[in-house]
Amino acid sequence: MNFTQSFRLALKSLLTSKMRAVLTMLGIIIGVGAVIVILSLGNGLTGMVQQQVDKMGINMIQAQIWAPGDMATPDPSDMYDVVAAHPDVLTGVSPYVNVTGVVRRGDEKYDRTHMYGISEVMYNAATNYTMDGEQVSKGRFITYLDVEHREPVCVIGAYLEQEAFHGDALGKSLSINGRSLTVIGVLKRNAELEMMEGSQDDQVYLPYTTALEIIGSRWVGLYLFTSTSGETAQAAKSVLANWLNVFFRTDDGEYEYYYITTMAEQANMINGMMSVAMGVLVAIAAISLLVGGIGIMNIMLVSVTERTREIGIRKSLGAKPKDIRSQFVIEAGTTSAIGGLLGIGFGCLLAKILETLLGGMLVQSMGTSGITFHATPTLGAIGLSFGVSVGIGILFGYLPANKAAKLNPIDALRYD
Amino acid sequence: MGHLIELKQVYKIYQMGSETVHALDGVDLTIDQGEFVAIVGSSGSGKSTAMNIIGCLDVPTSGSYHLGGVDVSTMDDDEQAEIRNKMLGFIFQQYNLIPKLTVLENVELPLLYAGVDGSERRKRALQSLERVGLKEKAKNLPSQLSGGQQQRVSIARALAGTPSVILADEPTGALDSRTGREVLGFLKQLNREGDTVVLITHDNSIAVKADRIVRLQDGKIIYDGDAHDPRAVVQPHDDPEEEVPAS
Ligand SMILES: Nc1ncnc2c1ncn2[C@@H]1O[C@H](COP(=O)(O)OP(=O)(O)OP(=O)(O)O)[C@@H](O)[C@H]1O
Ligand SMILES: [Mg+2]
Repeated sequence: MNFTQSFRLALKSLLTSKMRAVLTMLGIIIGVGAVIVILSLGNGLTGMVQQQVDKMGINMIQAQIWAPGDMATPDPSDMYDVVAAHPDVLTGVSPYVNVTGVVRRGDEKYDRTHMYGISEVMYNAATNYTMDGEQVSKGRFITYLDVEHREPVCVIGAYLEQEAFHGDALGKSLSINGRSLTVIGVLKRNAELEMMEGSQDDQVYLPYTTALEIIGSRWVGLYLFTSTSGETAQAAKSVLANWLNVFFRTDDGEYEYYYITTMAEQANMINGMMSVAMGVLVAIAAISLLVGGIGIMNIMLVSVTERTREIGIRKSLGAKPKDIRSQFVIEAGTTSAIGGLLGIGFGCLLAKILETLLGGMLVQSMGTSGITFHATPTLGAIGLSFGVSVGIGILFGYLPANKAAKLNPIDALRYD
Repeated sequence: MGHLIELKQVYKIYQMGSETVHALDGVDLTIDQGEFVAIVGSSGSGKSTAMNIIGCLDVPTSGSYHLGGVDVSTMDDDEQAEIRNKMLGFIFQQYNLIPKLTVLENVELPLLYAGVDGSERRKRALQSLERVGLKEKAKNLPSQLSGGQQQRVSIARALAGTPSVILADEPTGALDSRTGREVLGFLKQLNREGDTVVLITHDNSIAVKADRIVRLQDGKIIYDGDAHDPRAVVQPHDDPEEEVPAS
C-alpha cells in the first residue's frame, strides 16, 4: 500500500543528496561489481574449457606412459591391439610423438616449428577437426596407409605454408632433420592468433611411424585414445588401466607407470580449480558487501535521527510501528538495490574491458583454434547479485527501521 | 451514556534530576461529543501535556483515561495508532507538515495509513484541500506556502481522515490575528458539523469563541465552565489567595 510512496521518497532523498547516496552505496557498488567481474571471468573461462572439450571431443582419453629404469614399455602396436580387443568402449588410438628438430625449405631454416608424429585417428573427417582442435583447409590429412607405410608425407600449418612456400605448398617438399617429406595438406589458419614463428600456425603433422624413424626411437610416451562416446570414456579408461597393470605386473600402476585422464576429467578438474579460485575471490568481495551493509546501516541511523520529527508526525496521523518500519526498510532496500544495479553495470563494463585486455592471451594459452573468450555474467549471476544487494539493504536497514518504529510518538514530535 | 473523553485523577510527573515537575496534578475532565472546549492557562500550566494525553500521543503517569468508553492504557501501539488515525485529527502550532512531501501528499497521509487506495485517496485529499481553499496549491511544497496557508493545509490534513475529535494546540499561535480568526472560523464550522473540538490557546479573544473554557494552572484545573462567565477569562495573579477555585 505505501510501498510506492516509500519507494518514491527513497528515490527522492537519494537524488537530493547524490554525494551522500554514492558514498553510502560505494561498498555495495564495489562489492557487487567485484562479484560480477569474478563471475564473468569465471563464466568466460568455463566457456573456453567447454569449447575446448567440444572441439576435441568428450570421448578423448589421454594416456601418458613412462618406463622407469630399463623396464619394457608397450609398443604402439600393443595399443592398437587393446583398441581392437575392446570395440565396445574404444574406437581408436593415435600415438603423439613430439619431434624436436629443424625444418628446412631450400635455404630457409625454421627451428621453432612444433612437430608431432600422429596417426590417422588424430583427425575426424566428419567434423574436420583434429583432436587438438586443428582443421584442414587444403589437401588431406594423414591416413592409415601413410602410417602403415611410413610415408614421407606431412601436413603443415598456415604459417609455414606462407613463409616457406609463399602460400602454395601442396605437393612440394620440406625436410625435417635431413629427411625429405612431401606436403599433402595444409591446416586452417588460427584466425584469432598472430601468425608468427613458433606460434600455433607454425607446425607440422607427420605419420608417427615416420616421426619415430626421424628421431631414431621406438618409444612413444603419449597416446590419444577415443572411446565410443562420452559415457563410455570412464569404462575405456579402466580397460586401459587394467591392460597396463597387467603389462607392468602391478596392482595399480597409475602415477608410477602411467597416467590416464579422460576429457571429462580434465574439464572437471579445471572447472573445479576455477570454482575454488572463484569462491575465494567472491568471499573476499563479500567483505566489501558487508562493509557496504554497515555503511547503509550507518546512514539509515543518521536518517532516522534526522527525521525523528517526521516519524512523530506520521505516528500522530496514525502510522503503526510496522508502517514506519517498512518505510525505512524499503528506503534501505532501495538504496542498496540502486547500489547493486550500479555495481552490476560497473562490473559488466569492467568485465568487458578485461575481456578485451586478457582475451587474446587466454585464447592463445588454450592452444586450440576457434576458441573464444566472453566475459559476460550469466543471468543467474546478475539476479543473484541484485538479490543479495537488496537483501543486504533490508538486513542492515532493519535495525535502524526498528529503532524508528519504536519511537514514542510524543518524544518524536517534540524532537528538534 | 458514557462521556467521549474522560480523564480521572490524571497525573503526569516528570523527574528532572532531583526535581519533580507535576505537569498534570490530579486532573478530572470530561468532554462530550459535539462540544467546543478551549483549554487556557499560562505557559507551562500543562495544556499541551493534557492534550497529548487526550490525543493518545502520551500516557499519564497515573490515573485513567477513557476515550469513547475504552481505557486507552489497555490498548497496544497498533490500536492507539488506529484510534489516532480514525478518530483524532491534530492541528499543531508549528503546522508539522513533512517538508519533502507536496501539499497533496501531506494531506493524503492519514488516508494512506487508513489503507485507502491511490485514486480514492487523491480524490478525498483534494476535497479536503478544497474545503480550506488550497486546491490549487496541491502540487506545491509546504515551504512554498505562507504560514497561514500551511496551517490551512494542516487543517485539511486533519479533516482528510474524517475524525470525530479535532485537537488543536495553539493553531493560531504563529499567525496574525486576521489569519488566526480565519482558522478559528474553520474550527467553529467543523464543530457545527458535529465534530468535537478541543482548542488550546492563550488568547482570551479566541477562547471566548468556545462554548466552554477549561483553565489550567500548575497542572490543576482552576476553572471549568461557560466561556461567557467573566471568571473564565480572568488571568489569575501569582498570588494564590486571589485564585478562583475550580468549579
Ligand atoms: N518531556 C518533558 N520533560 C520534562 N518536563 C516537561 C516535559 N514536557 C513538559 N514538561 C514540563 O511540564 C510542564 C507543562 O508543560 P506543557 O508543555 O504542558 O505546558 P503548556 O501549558 O503547554 O505551556 P505553553 O503554553 O508554553 O505551551 C512544564 O513545566 C514543562 O516544563
Ligand atoms: Mg503547549
